Amino acid sequence: MRYSGFRVLKEALTGHKGWKPAWRAPAPKPHYDIVIVGGGGHGLATAYYLARQFRQHKVAVLEKGWIGGGNVGRNTTIIRSNYLLEGNEPFYEFSLKLWEGLEQDFNYNAMVSQRGILNLIHTDAQRDAFVRRGNAMILNGADAELLSPAQIRREYPFLNFNDARFPIKGGLAQRRGGTVRHDAVAWGYARGADQRGVDIIQNCEVTGFRIETGTCVGVETSRGFIGAGKVGVAVAGSSSRVMAHAGMRLPIESHVLQAFVSEGLKPVLPGVITFGAGHFYCSQSDKGGLVFGGDIDGYNSYAQRGNLPVIEDVAEGGMALFPGLGRVRLLRLWGGIMDMSMDGSPIIDRTHVCGLYFNGGWCYGGFKATPASGWCFAHLLATDTPHPTATAYRFDRFERGRMIDEKGMGAQPNLH
Amino acid sequence: MIIDHPLLGPCDAQEFVYKGDARLIDRPDGMAEEAHVAFFDYAYLRDNPAGVHRELWFHEQGDRSWLVVTRNTVTHAIVQVELARDVARAGGRGT
Repeated sequence: MRYSGFRVLKEALTGHKGWKPAWRAPAPKPHYDIVIVGGGGHGLATAYYLARQFRQHKVAVLEKGWIGGGNVGRNTTIIRSNYLLEGNEPFYEFSLKLWEGLEQDFNYNAMVSQRGILNLIHTDAQRDAFVRRGNAMILNGADAELLSPAQIRREYPFLNFNDARFPIKGGLAQRRGGTVRHDAVAWGYARGADQRGVDIIQNCEVTGFRIETGTCVGVETSRGFIGAGKVGVAVAGSSSRVMAHAGMRLPIESHVLQAFVSEGLKPVLPGVITFGAGHFYCSQSDKGGLVFGGDIDGYNSYAQRGNLPVIEDVAEGGMALFPGLGRVRLLRLWGGIMDMSMDGSPIIDRTHVCGLYFNGGWCYGGFKATPASGWCFAHLLATDTPHPTATAYRFDRFERGRMIDEKGMGAQPNLH
Repeated sequence: MIIDHPLLGPCDAQEFVYKGDARLIDRPDGMAEEAHVAFFDYAYLRDNPAGVHRELWFHEQGDRSWLVVTRNTVTHAIVQVELARDVARAGGRGT
């Protein structure tokens, strides 16, 4: 079934009796050409592009719980491509271009809203760094614009421009950045993949890989063995746990990142603002809630909930930038588990096991990468060669000293 | 989280800086054959378990001692706190 304005009108006149479930609930078949482990944004996007772009139709997505129940349902919904380094920026710009055509492509309203993202500048050194970053973005075909305090004041008059510690001296804007309805991304990809023959199997936990003479021939699951020509793992947050079944130790630590939503307000915040110096970023959802966050808690965690000191830190950052927040009440807060990699950048690569492929290490930036991650992982699975924008995301970059370290923090995951 | 410091008693975890897996105490021998392989493993690879994890915390805003904290990464419950010095010596360091 295609969704359209005409369809909505027709269903409205006929009592909404014609809507069908957006995807099937098939029983697992004994064998697939490609099995994707993980029914989150990246796994579903991978299955979608495998079917749509690479003509692979014997594909299954295995999900332990329900699809879209992990980090694609727990993030702060921001899309952008404002990276500096050569290994990253072309990939994220590819992703942003895919976001721009996504809804027409998979015929689903994902509420892609290019309302712009603004990184605030407080010092001369920060301006130099952001000018350099903006130039790197423009060189890679992205858009970037340096704003003066007066220009920012026109768009965001309520910010505290004269904070004693972090006065606002300018900003780097990416107008094509913005927000997306996160759950709809998972649902849209799931529906699009299902329509093209992909089996989406929920409540099916992968408990091991069957590896024979160095080749992965399938997965052991809570619903029995499922044979596979190739297995792709896209389970960011649980990567170390799942890949341990294949005897791998990863350059990844799992950390918890908290996010927050306020009560609904009238429209106040036109775009996304980031206050890196104060560990705070914020946007306003279409329902009116302010969606905001800050730093990761900073210790290994699989708990999906954080501790109070970070909540206080984020609230202080918010108040320093945006004093009008003072009377706003917090509606809810939650935590998601991040694959924090050793250089702050992801991995999309083969493994030492033939037929076993890995996608993970997204740190706290996995949501914006969803379309390109799916496309590039599908490219790798279907053709056995990396996509041109993802050639740097290799496992062996740490061994070879070719890290993609945007922050220059070294092998200390909680600082990326 | 409250870390029960062996010398100072209960302290707020905010006084500490987190380093990571306590296996970082066992630094490989840089002069050994194939030391670069051991150092790759040491610097970049982690077990990253869901459950009991031994980890290094530095009491930066306290007595500046390094501690080995045994903590559950699923519940955040801390089950044991030792001085990293004692752990390193028990492992044969500094003798």
